[in-house]
Amino acid sequence: MSALLDIEDLEVMFGGRSAAVRGASLQVEKGETHCLVGESGCGKSVTALSIMNLLARGGRRAAKRMSFAGTDLLSLSDREMARLRGNRISMIFQEPMTSLNPAFTIGSQMAEVLTRHKGGSRTAALERAVELMGRVGITAPEMRLGQFPHQLSGGLRQRVMIAMALMCDPELLVADEPTTALDVTVQAQILRLLATLKRELGLAILLITHDLGIVARVADRVSVMYAGEVVERAPTAELFRSPQHPYTRGLLSCVPVPGRVQRDRPLGSIPGVVPAIGPGFAGCAFRSRCSHADASCEREIPRRQAGSAHDYLCRLAPEFSEPQPA
Amino acid sequence: MLLLIARRLGLGLLVALTVMTLAFMLTRLSGDLAISIAGPSATQADVEIIRKAYGLDRPLYVQFFSWVGRAMVGDFGQSYFFKDSVSNLIAKRLPITLTLGLVGLSLALIISIPLGILAAVRENTWLDRGVTMFTMVGQAIPSFWLALILMIVLGLNLGILPISGTGTWQHFVMPGIVLAFTAIPALTRLTRSGMIEAMASDYIRTARAKGLSRARIIFKHALRNAAIPVVSIAAVQLGFMLGGSIVIETVFALHGVGYLGWESIAKNDFPVVQAVVLVLAAIYIGLTLLSDILNALLDPRLRTG
Repeated sequence: MSALLDIEDLEVMFGGRSAAVRGASLQVEKGETHCLVGESGCGKSVTALSIMNLLARGGRRAAKRMSFAGTDLLSLSDREMARLRGNRISMIFQEPMTSLNPAFTIGSQMAEVLTRHKGGSRTAALERAVELMGRVGITAPEMRLGQFPHQLSGGLRQRVMIAMALMCDPELLVADEPTTALDVTVQAQILRLLATLKRELGLAILLITHDLGIVARVADRVSVMYAGEVVERAPTAELFRSPQHPYTRGLLSCVPVPGRVQRDRPLGSIPGVVPAIGPGFAGCAFRSRCSHADASCEREIPRRQAGSAHDYLCRLAPEFSEPQPA
Repeated sequence: MLLLIARRLGLGLLVALTVMTLAFMLTRLSGDLAISIAGPSATQADVEIIRKAYGLDRPLYVQFFSWVGRAMVGDFGQSYFFKDSVSNLIAKRLPITLTLGLVGLSLALIISIPLGILAAVRENTWLDRGVTMFTMVGQAIPSFWLALILMIVLGLNLGILPISGTGTWQHFVMPGIVLAFTAIPALTRLTRSGMIEAMASDYIRTARAKGLSRARIIFKHALRNAAIPVVSIAAVQLGFMLGGSIVIETVFALHGVGYLGWESIAKNDFPVVQAVVLVLAAIYIGLTLLSDILNALLDPRLRTG
């Protein structure tokens, strides 16, 4: 069975000089929550935007394969892609405060998605909006129709964004750090909501986050991204149990786990920052920050299997052990 | 919304009162009005008679309050020069100025908004640079020069438009174009920058992620937000056009309010000067109020006052 979203060797370039994404491969299955994790600047958001073909001006994408439910996304015209967006693939963003248009009512912004893609009357679209707002836990949904974004809190706005993304019953929801700008309690509510929606609607979610706590709570499978590459892919439980790539291990060691972290001992950290990678770069992008690096890391790196659904990009052979706190 | 309007109205009244006081004081500061009305050949006795006749012998505050009191009911006194009531003079000239201003502003908006949108959605192309060039040149062209060129080309060489007077609607075309040119550069650049900012915003990214058509994204979602500063400036520009069209009214021999103001200043016809200043200020106040209301309609965040 082929994946709902199947990306192979995605490259994204800005202005021909810096490569934001370098050969990333990613598969999202029907009805799963797939987390894309990594530090800031590793190309997560750019990957998401390139799926939607919403890259900022000057960004170019190329891939060996980029298909959604059997449709080749790369060969679609702008018009055909627009027919897919908001309809079969929806996206929500990190910035709930600025993602809604301040000049229009919630009702009008929600209704236009449905009338655009499915036709029908505005009244019917508004009814659907009320239904979905109720579903995502917005109180007094009828009242919200006439309200403007500035009259709503950040958490409510993000719920509106989610409800709006669901208007056309999409098969895939791309969520780019949807909880980063929200406070912790609201964050938990939104994550619970996404999990419920996935279960009840059979919605596949590509959740982009830098927060491993979120990954552990909601993800079915995880892709770890580093400097424009997917360096490790695994089912969530397996990734946490036996991470293979040194970067993944480093990330996990940065998370405090009760019982495993000793008092007065510093938490793990990864020295350095994500390097900017120019064209012509070869080998492992993590080698400048990796304690296992040697001269062979400058050559082409193989993709190794560590299980039936678990692979990673490193010269080191798989080892099946508990992650070592640094 | 009503609260907002009430508040702005109150503010407008205060501004009007301030303008009245200033207009009254400044005309008094320009010299002894009785002497300038009497003329250079008048004797001291003549001047005294005039001073009494026009009530200039009364204390300043008495003069001021009697003027304000009568102005409230629309009586601005008699013109010293035209031998007509000031209200009549202004009533006769105001339609000319208003017509000219509205023609000018309409032309300016019809040209600058599409041009600004076009430049914004084609940012950094030759088209965008062409528009920027056009606004720079437009800004630099003095209106009297443009007026004369248009008169020569359209009026004399081609003979398709009358070059002066106010007889028909054709008489307003050339002055309208020239007046529009005083506002087009600013309005075009404002539309362009507003649209560029809006198109780069998060809510436009959302609109695109919703799969909306390009036309709907540009003309509904972006333009609605980009229009807010344009409306404010357009209202001020119209005020400027109405009050500042003296040059154009003079060149095209349109006897509007601006021209009347200029004539009265030259002739020291101070009741007319005061009234013209007040009328123009009232127009400004009205336009500012209108732009506040329009902005509140465009931007719901401003409605709470």
